[in-house]
Amino acid sequence: MKKTFKLIDLDCANCAAKMETAIKKLPGVTDASVSFMAQKMTIEAEDVDAVMKDVVKCCKKVEPDCEIVL
Amino acid sequence: MTRKQKKMLWRIIAAAALFMIAVLIPDQIYPADRWVIDLTGQWVPPADWLKTGYTAYMWGPLKLLSFLIPYLVIGWDVLWKAVRNIAHGQVFDENFLMCVATIGALIIGEYPEAVAVMLFYQVGELFQNVAVSRSRQSIAALMDIRPDYANVERDGQLVQVEPEEVAVGDVIVIKAGERVPLDGTVLEGTSALDTAALTGESLPRDVVAGDEVISGCVNLSGLLHVQVSKPFRESTVTRILDLVENSSEKKAQAEHFITKFARYYTPIVVFAALALAVIPSLITWQWGTWVPRALNFLVVSCPCALVISIPLSFFGGLGGASKQGILVKGSNYLEALAQARIVVFDKTGTLTQGKFSVTAVHPEGLTEAELLELAALAEQFSTHPISKSVVAAWGGTPDQTRVSGVEEIVGHGVRAAVDGRQVLAGNGQLMDLEKISVASDHDHPGTVIHVAVDGKYAGHLVITDRPKETSAQALRELKAAGVRQTVMLTGDAQGTAQVVAGELGLDRFYAQLLPAGKVERVEELLRDKRPGEKLVFVGDGINDAPVLSRADIGVAMGALGSDAAIEAADIVLMDDDLLKLPVAVRIAGQTLSIVRQNVVFALGVKLLVLVLSAMGLANMWAAVFADVGVSVLAILNASRMLKAR
Repeated sequence: MKKTFKLIDLDCANCAAKMETAIKKLPGVTDASVSFMAQKMTIEAEDVDAVMKDVVKCCKKVEPDCEIVL
Repeated sequence: MTRKQKKMLWRIIAAAALFMIAVLIPDQIYPADRWVIDLTGQWVPPADWLKTGYTAYMWGPLKLLSFLIPYLVIGWDVLWKAVRNIAHGQVFDENFLMCVATIGALIIGEYPEAVAVMLFYQVGELFQNVAVSRSRQSIAALMDIRPDYANVERDGQLVQVEPEEVAVGDVIVIKAGERVPLDGTVLEGTSALDTAALTGESLPRDVVAGDEVISGCVNLSGLLHVQVSKPFRESTVTRILDLVENSSEKKAQAEHFITKFARYYTPIVVFAALALAVIPSLITWQWGTWVPRALNFLVVSCPCALVISIPLSFFGGLGGASKQGILVKGSNYLEALAQARIVVFDKTGTLTQGKFSVTAVHPEGLTEAELLELAALAEQFSTHPISKSVVAAWGGTPDQTRVSGVEEIVGHGVRAAVDGRQVLAGNGQLMDLEKISVASDHDHPGTVIHVAVDGKYAGHLVITDRPKETSAQALRELKAAGVRQTVMLTGDAQGTAQVVAGELGLDRFYAQLLPAGKVERVEELLRDKRPGEKLVFVGDGINDAPVLSRADIGVAMGALGSDAAIEAADIVLMDDDLLKLPVAVRIAGQTLSIVRQNVVFALGVKLLVLVLSAMGLANMWAAVFADVGVSVLAILNASRMLKAR
C-alpha cells in the first residue's frame, strides 16, 4: 500500500533527506520518499495507517517544525 | 512571501538596527577627563582608569550586552533548535554548528563577527526560502491545469459545481475562455481549443459536434455543450496532475549520491575543525589564532547548499519539460535521458502517420478515376484500414446498389460484381490464383492493390503510410543531441521498411517483426550497448507496453487521451510530434549540466574556503558566503531550467 501526504513547513532540504532516512528505518515501512520540492511524503507499507503514528513521531524528532497533513 | 517569511524579514531589520547601534557605541563612553564610577561604587580619577584599562573592565560587559541583544533577536530560534535537536540526538545539525561557531566567536571577543555571521546566515536562509518557494510556485503554475468548476444546467439554470460532482453522462456547458473541466464528447457548438497547457502546441484545435474534448484545454471561442464521458478522478487532467505531482518522488542517482555525501561530509568537517582547533594550538600555544579558524570550518560544514541544489535543478527540469508537453515521470528518467545514445522507434504511428493513404494510381486501359472508383466500390464493405484508405481516396459516397456478390478472400483481397462487371481487387497472390498476368513487376514501397476487371488486368493502386513531416528533422536533431544510433522496428515487409528507413535516415531497421520479436530485438540492443549508455524506446503506447517497460526509458507519444500510454511509459509526449523527443533530450542534458555545475560550484567554494580558513586567509564572512551565499546562487542557477526549450 502506498500513500502520499502533504508536508507543511518543511524548511530545509537536508532535513527532508534526514526524515526520509529515518522513516525508511521504521519497522513496517517498506519504502519512503520525502520530496522537499513538492513538500510531499510518500510512504509504502503493508498497512500505512498503522505505521503513521510512528512516522509522525519520527518526524517530530527529526524536524519538529514540520507538520504532516493526515 | 509567506507570513513566516515576513516575520523573519522584520526580525532581520530589527536585529540589523540593534547591531548598528551596538557597533556605533564607542568603546570609551566617557571623555578622558571625567571621573568614573567602578563596580564597587567608588569614584576613580581619569588618570587612574585610563592607566589601568578601566574601559575594558567597565564597558566590557556592557559592550557584550549591546551585541548580545541583536544576537539573541536574530538567533534565538537557531539556539533553541540546536538545543532541541541535541535532545533528540541530532548532533551535526546546522543550527548546532552555527551556535558553536557564533558562541565561540563571542567567547574569544569577536562580538561584531558573531552577530554579523548570525545575521548574514539568517538573511541567507530567508533568501533561500523565498527563492525556493518562488521557483516552486512558478513550476507549479506551469503545471496548473486544474479546472476550478464545471457549468451544469440544473432546473433550466446554469450553476457552477465542483468538477468532482459531475457524473458520467451529464451535460456540461463550457463558455469561451473557460477551461474544459472534464473529458467528454461535444453535443452542440463549435469552437477552437487551446491545448498549449497539455501539449505545448500553440496552434488551437478545432472541435465540432461529435468530437472528443479533453479536460485541461481552454475553450477559446464558441459555446460548447459537452457530454461527460469520464468521472473527474479518471479524467485526463487528473491523471496528468497525479503524474506530475508524483514525479519528484522518483529520485535521481545524483540526488541519492548527494544526500549520502552530506551524511559523511558534515561529521568529517566538524572533526577536522576540532583537530584544527586543538592540535596546532597545543604545539604553538596560540589558541587565539587557531580557534577562530576552526570556527570557520563549522560554518562551512553545513550541507544544505549541496543538498538543496540538486532536487531543485531536477524539479526545474521536470517543470520546463512539462511546459513543452513532455511529462517525465521522475528525476531518474530525466537523468537517464541525458545519457540516451540508442533510440529505437516503432514505425507505425511513431515515425509514420499511422494512416494509410493512396499515393499512386497506375491504370491500364482505363482512367485513374475509373480504376479508383471500381476498387473503392468493391472494397466498400471491408473494414480493413487499407480498404478504407481506397474509399477515402476515391472520395465518393459508396453506393451499395451498384455492387453485388461481394466475397472477401481472406488474406488476399476481395471479389465483387460492380455494375455487372466482375472486379477483383487484392494482392499479387490473388492475381496469381486467378491466373491473371500482372503487366510488369512493380516494386513499389508500401502495399500494392492490383485490380482486374472481367479477368483482365486493369492496373494497381499503391498505398503507403507516409512518414510524419517532422520525423526526419527529429532524427537529425536527436543525432545533434548526442544520440549514436537510431533503430526502427516494424511488422511491415522488408521493402516497405527499407524505403521508410532510407527516407528518414535511420541507422538500422528490423522488419517483419511480431510483437514478441520487438521485445527480443530491444533486448539484443540492450546487450550490445556500451556501458553508461541508455536505450530509449519510442512507441505510441497502444500495443507496445512490453517493449516500453523493457527499454531503459519508454517514451509514449500522442498520449493525449490515451490512458494506456500514460500508464506504460516513463516519459509521455502529449502530442504526436516527434520533434518533442530531441527537445526532451536537450532539456535532460541541460538539467544534468546544471546539476553538475551546482555540485562542482558548491563543493569547490566550500573546499576553497576550508583551505583558506585553515591558512587564516578567510574570515567568518567568507564562511557564511560559502554556506548560504552558495546555495542562493545554486537556486538561481537551477531556476534557469524554467525557461528551457
